[in-house]
This record gives sequence, structure tokens and C-alpha cells, in this order.
Amino acid sequence: MANLPENATLRRSLALGPAVLIVGAFMLVPVAIMGVYSFLEAKSFGGVTWSFSGDAYVQLFYERLLDDSLRLSSGYLIIIARSFFLALVATVSCLIVGFPVAWFIARRPLGQRNMWILLITIPFWTNQLVRTFAWIIILGRNGVIEAPFRWAGLLGEGETLGLMYSDFAIAVGLTYTFIPLMVLPIYASLEKLDFSLVEAGADLYSSRWETFSRIVIPLSKPGIVAGCLLVFIPSLGAFIQPDLLGGGKKLMLGTLVQFQFSTARNWPFGSAIAMILLAFVIAFLMLYARAARGAKAMEMRR
Amino acid sequence: MTAQDDIVPAAALPGTKVRRAFGEVPGLKTLAFCFLAFLYLPIGVLVAYSFNEGNIVMVWTGFSTDWYAQALADADIRKAAMNSLIVAVSATAISTTCATLAALALARGGAFRGKVALLGLISLPLMVPEIVTAVATLVFFSSIGLRLGLGNVIIAHTTFCIPFAFMPIRARLEGMDTTLEQASRDLYASDWETFRLVTLPLLMPGVLAGAMLAFVISMDDFIITLMVAGAGDTTLPVYIYSMIRQGITPEVNAVSSILLLFSIAMVTAYWFTTRQKPGRNIH
Repeated sequence: MANLPENATLRRSLALGPAVLIVGAFMLVPVAIMGVYSFLEAKSFGGVTWSFSGDAYVQLFYERLLDDSLRLSSGYLIIIARSFFLALVATVSCLIVGFPVAWFIARRPLGQRNMWILLITIPFWTNQLVRTFAWIIILGRNGVIEAPFRWAGLLGEGETLGLMYSDFAIAVGLTYTFIPLMVLPIYASLEKLDFSLVEAGADLYSSRWETFSRIVIPLSKPGIVAGCLLVFIPSLGAFIQPDLLGGGKKLMLGTLVQFQFSTARNWPFGSAIAMILLAFVIAFLMLYARAARGAKAMEMRR
Repeated sequence: MTAQDDIVPAAALPGTKVRRAFGEVPGLKTLAFCFLAFLYLPIGVLVAYSFNEGNIVMVWTGFSTDWYAQALADADIRKAAMNSLIVAVSATAISTTCATLAALALARGGAFRGKVALLGLISLPLMVPEIVTAVATLVFFSSIGLRLGLGNVIIAHTTFCIPFAFMPIRARLEGMDTTLEQASRDLYASDWETFRLVTLPLLMPGVLAGAMLAFVISMDDFIITLMVAGAGDTTLPVYIYSMIRQGITPEVNAVSSILLLFSIAMVTAYWFTTRQKPGRNIH
């Protein structure tokens, strides 16, 4: 393999070409153009005027008053804060439920383990929109949860528990959608865990908690870190869950970006928020790369 | 699941007492089954209500399959489903071909400068949040004035399908033994013959898995299509979204159920394709 004939280099370039060109031209270039757009001026009905302006980024923190002076505004910062908060809530809920489940699966016999992993993988690959929509039927007015209350007369006509269109509904939606991404990497770590170490801990009179916190947790840390980031990152930029379950008032970064491109038609501002979201994601991915470098490459699918 | 679940085969191994004492936390099994219920009940509820007779989803009036009949007869739904299929088939074909070539070049092309960077570039669509990809693609198409109708959607889908098709193909290539290819060359087969008669047949399960993954991802995509597709180029998920927006009727549930069943079938098929059969291991 060391010395390739000369035409092999050409052949390699030709083989790599299509994939690299497509991703480069239709992914890298668009993101770069969007970055440029975020520094342009907005036209009233979508599109941009080609003159430099930092307005889009200023708009995040300040609102422009009628006399053209700026006033500090928290509206968009609240949306960023909500995105982080809900992504964190979803991550923590996924971890609390996901770890014990992954532990349980890792201790099943091999055949059963694969069955469990298949069962957890299936919903993840089915349509996110449809799965989120299902929660409207569960949490919504007259939904599955409210029905028994109504039947028992605890909820009158026109009354509602108010589960939908809330931070709670979004958090449930995010947890539901991304929890397979928590279970799978933790399972991958736990499956490789050498149980003789756990036994050694017990033999040396460590308590259950000590064995757990000093042996199990450190050894499954790569899986836990991977799982947390795999849930946190998509939750941070989620669109479907806040859009369907949060309604118009509970915006997150993803819905804010979409809103700027559709209803508000402020492309530079939408681009700026998208760039900020991308920056957050890149920062977290770099953290992940650092964490993963120490550990072996994680096997994601099984 | 039967009572056999309770018997941990590991009990036959020495030292199991300790393992059981530590590993078998009471209630863990209950939690795991509750978790499965949490994963599948919403899907079950959605499908169950698609058989509701009345036109308000959440008020059960009786069993009926009329909504399926209505959904299947609806011209708009059929058009959207057709668009979804056209986009998914085209995107799968193009992305799988590109991904196969790229995977071959990266796995069999030796070491070269920029390999890691190229690998990073190909997996870029996995890292960028979907909403960012969606608006960036919208900005890009509008700035260069590209209006190909469904073509725009196909381009966008092909782009994000490439890494999904690439992953299983690359995994397969790296697990493959190169001795057969060497043997073929030693027996004076040309490079093309080696590729066609040895490498490609061995690689086929990976290619198939990659294509299936790309197809599922394309069929399920919603956000990117929502932003990129023009009025007549709506795909099924985008159409479902607009239906949800207009008010939920069991018809939405019926269409959604069809889409769900389709994905579940695909993923299960994918699972059994990538499962290595005992005795046919290539290592």
C-alpha cells in the first residue's frame, strides 16, 4: 500500500471528487455565504442589500428606538437562555433515565441485548415530526392525559391542565426524541466494562456507592460524555419540538432562526442567530473531541 | 418476553454472586420496560387514533378505516408522497454512489495529506444543526438564483445524505480483509476486474446499508425541505406539518402512521442487513 502508482493518486482524487465537491459546494459554501449575509442590511421583504452592517448582531442585545438610540433588550437573550436551559433539562432527564436503562441492557445475555438495542434504535430513525406530533395528542387539550380528569369531572368544559405550549412540553419532546442518543453510547461503554474490576471493588469491601462512583462511573465516562453531548447539541438547535409543543411564545434558537426567515423576513438577523447557534455547536463539538481523544472511538450504532 | 429473562446466564461463571449483588438493582427491569413504553406508547396512541371514526382526533367515537381511504385518495397527499419518493430515490442513488467512491478512496488510497480534513468535510452535514443547514441552503439557492423546483430539494437531500451513506460503507471497508484483493491481483486480474469481481461484492452489504440509511434520512427530513422546497415541491413530512398547522384530524394520524410504518420497516430491514451472519464473517 505504501507506494502507489502515479495514476492511483489521480484515481483517488477522481473518486473523492464528487462527494467532496457536493458537500463543499452545497454545505460549506452556503454556510460561508450565510456568514456574509449576517453582516449585510436587511431588505424589507426578505433578501439583503449589499452594504456592510453589524446591525444583526447588535439587534441581539439592543433594540433600536425611534430616535435611533439603542436600548438594552433582553428578549433575544431570554431565547438563548431558554434554549440552553431546555437543552440542559433534556440532557439531565435523558441521563437519569438512560444510564440505568443502558446498565440493564448491558447486563442482559447477548441475544436479548441486540433485541433491546434494535427496539431503542427504531424510534430514533422514524420521523421526528410525526413522533413529536404524537405528543400533541397526549399533552394537548382533551388529550390522553387530560381525558381521565375530564371524565372524572375534575376538569370542566373549557378548562385545561395547560401542559401544552409550555417549557415542560418542549422538555418532554426533546427528552423523548433524543434519549436513544443517550442510551446507545452509555451502553457501548458499559458493555466493554470489565466486571472483574467491579468485583475487585466489592472484594475490597467498598460500599455499593463507592464501587459505583469510583469504578463504574469513571469507566463509563466516555459513553456518558458522548451521550450528554449527543443529546445536548441537537436539543440546543431543535426546531420541531419548540415549534409544535411550545407554540408561538416559547421560542428557542431553532424556531427563532426559522421565524426570521419565514414570517419576519429579516435574513441578516436570521443568519446571525444561525451563526451564533453554529458557534455554540462547534464549541461543544471541540469539547467532545477533546474528551473523546482520551477514550477510544465510540461505536455509535450498537 | 418470558420468565427466562430472570435467569442471567452469567450465573454459570465464577464470581457471579458479587456481580448479581451489584448489577441487579431491584426495579431496574421495571424501569427498562417503562422506558420501552415511553418510547412506543406515543407512537401507539398516534396509530390508535388514526382509526377514530369522528373528525376530532381526541374524541373517540368508533372504529373506522375511512381516514386511510381518504388519505390514500387525496390528490395532494399522493403528490407529496410521490415527491418524497422521487427525492429520496434520487438523493439515495447519487449520495450512495459518491459515498462509495469516497470511502474506497479513503480506505484503499493509502495515506495522504489532508485525509483527516476531507473526512471532516464529508461528515460536516452530521455536525451542523439541521436548521442552520436549512437556512444556509435557502440563502445559497436564492443568492445564486438556482430554481430547479424539485431539483433544489434533491441537491439539498443528496448533500446531507452523503455522510449517512458513507459511514456504513467505510465501516465495512475497514473490516474487510485485503488478502482476497491481493490474491486477485496476484492472479493477474486487472484493477477493474479486482474491483468488480472481488471488492464490490464483498462491499455490497455496506453499500446496501448506506443506501437504506440515506433513504430513511431523506424520507424523514422535514426542516431542510420546509425551507428549501417551493410551493409545488412539498414532500410528505412537510405536507403533514401543514396539515397539523391547519388542525388535527384523524387523517393526519393516518398519513403519519403510514410514514411511521414505512420507516420502521426500513430500519428493521437495515438492522438485519448489517447483522453479520455467523460463518460469513469477513475478518
